Amino acid sequence: MTKISARERRAGWIVAGVVSVVVAALAGLAFGPVNLPPGSVAAEVLNLVPGVHIHSGLDEREIAIVTQIRLPRVVLALLVGAMLALAGGCYQGVFRNPLADPHLLGVAAGAGLAVTAVIAFRIGTGRAGGDVTSGLPLTTPVAAFLGAVGAVLLTYLLGVSGGRDRSPATLILAGVAVSAFLAAGQTYLMQRNVDAIREVYSWLLGRLATAGWHDVLVILPYAVVTGAVLLLFRRELDVLSVGDDEASSLGLHPQRSRYILLAAASLGTAAAVSVSGLIGFVGIIVPHTVRLLAGASYRVILPLSVLFGAAFLAFTDLVARTVASPAEIPIGVVTAFFGAPFFVLVLRTTKRISA
Amino acid sequence: MNAVEALGVRVTLGGATILDGVDLTVAAGEWVAVIGPNGAGKSTMLRAVGGLLPAAGAISIFGTRTEALSRRQRARLVATVAQSPVVPAGMAVFDYVLLGRTPYIPPLGRESAADLAAAGEVLAQLDLHRFAGRQLATLSGGERQRVFLARALAQGAPLLLLDEPTTALDIGHQQEVLDLVDELRRDRGLTVLATMHDLSIAGEYADRMVLLASGRVAASGTPREVLTEELLATHYGARVRVIEGDRGPLVVPVRSSML
Repeated sequence: MTKISARERRAGWIVAGVVSVVVAALAGLAFGPVNLPPGSVAAEVLNLVPGVHIHSGLDEREIAIVTQIRLPRVVLALLVGAMLALAGGCYQGVFRNPLADPHLLGVAAGAGLAVTAVIAFRIGTGRAGGDVTSGLPLTTPVAAFLGAVGAVLLTYLLGVSGGRDRSPATLILAGVAVSAFLAAGQTYLMQRNVDAIREVYSWLLGRLATAGWHDVLVILPYAVVTGAVLLLFRRELDVLSVGDDEASSLGLHPQRSRYILLAAASLGTAAAVSVSGLIGFVGIIVPHTVRLLAGASYRVILPLSVLFGAAFLAFTDLVARTVASPAEIPIGVVTAFFGAPFFVLVLRTTKRISA
Repeated sequence: MNAVEALGVRVTLGGATILDGVDLTVAAGEWVAVIGPNGAGKSTMLRAVGGLLPAAGAISIFGTRTEALSRRQRARLVATVAQSPVVPAGMAVFDYVLLGRTPYIPPLGRESAADLAAAGEVLAQLDLHRFAGRQLATLSGGERQRVFLARALAQGAPLLLLDEPTTALDIGHQQEVLDLVDELRRDRGLTVLATMHDLSIAGEYADRMVLLASGRVAASGTPREVLTEELLATHYGARVRVIEGDRGPLVVPVRSSML
């Protein structure tokens, strides 16, 4: 009996997740400097499906706002949110550590250093080059991605240099060392190039671009790979949670599973960071909220993290660009500002679980 | 056929020799207890048999050399309950026991109806069905130990390795758990290889005993042959009196009369 009710509960949460994605996306499309009726917006989105023609009542300009300006940004928010939350859930499982977040193995520091270098030295731009909307050099995403991947590789090499008998904790410590080292480099660069601080800072706090579908297309392949690997391996995360010896005696190769999961999660995080900067908090609070509400099995946590992570970031992006309109609040500030109290609420209203 | 045949097992960890040429044979259906003082290498021997650490020498499980078995094949033959298994936060008892079916679930696949049924059956047999939906972390020590056992049994392996199965339990629960293991052994024709701390209890349940000391076999045989005042004094440095019980020798620690 318990089994069936658990399954029903899980299906219920999946439905809730899908609904929140739809609601957050519609709100993101409908609201902004120009507010449009959500029903008409939904009709216009459906009109993008070949063969569908619904009269939405929006004029040309409004249709352009929905499909060409807001839709790419909303989709980007959904993708980035889903990936950060998924990667966060995966890291917490792999390290059996509730405080693990997707930036743990050096992603943030590596991307931070690389972006700072690119901004400080104006690498890849002419004197007046750069992204018109953000003022950042066009090479920023590539630099962030390479920096993030490079830092994780460095962490891995450092972590395994200790020999065969290495525990997940070794990898965390290696991540701490690599992060500290790269952050020192970043601080030094910023001190030497004070005029770059403002731009670096704006990148650090996270932002979603408004410049069409380019960013979406850039991270889509990574999102697909990361999502597929993590969702396929989610049962292994449950097995890993009972301990390495047990996982091994159950026929698993714990070390190998761990590296596959971490590689996929880090790749997805690096891709997300490359287009959005450092958006904190999503990777920690979304998986934890899901865990508190829907149960501790990673087979539930990971798919639900995808849905609620996507919805959460689409919603926070809406807040970020409307609250102080026409100015934008950095999205990383909004995720923390709304995320932290919400998380406290969830902690208080659900029954306590031991961490 | 022997369930376990180990010859000249040698294990070095971090430069220290833990096992120094241990021979061990466990016949199918037998209960063999590995005893010995702290640091004698009991747990290491169990882990070597279970394939959890690299060991030199020859170890065969039901006639097959362990290095010829894949991890999944091995997991269908040998189930291990560690000394103090990790209790995953928030995991329900049923889900925990279901993890025992892992060796039968294709990589990247999911549990079949047969797996769910097997887990349910083990829960019922161990009188745990009423805990199925409870979180493992909320159970008492004795209940948890039964759940760990259930997970191992769900694995459907004919060889059960138990590392100090009763460490954290009071005397009543110790007997309850060991009676259960013995009952399961008879019902399912399992072979049990267990490290055990309490010598009297070990003698009550084991068919044979192996006494390890400093990584070597110091004695092996029936409880009556191994649990002697002389052997225990030599290898444990203990002053004990061995009394004849209904089923075997009982070991009673005595205080030195010199003091």
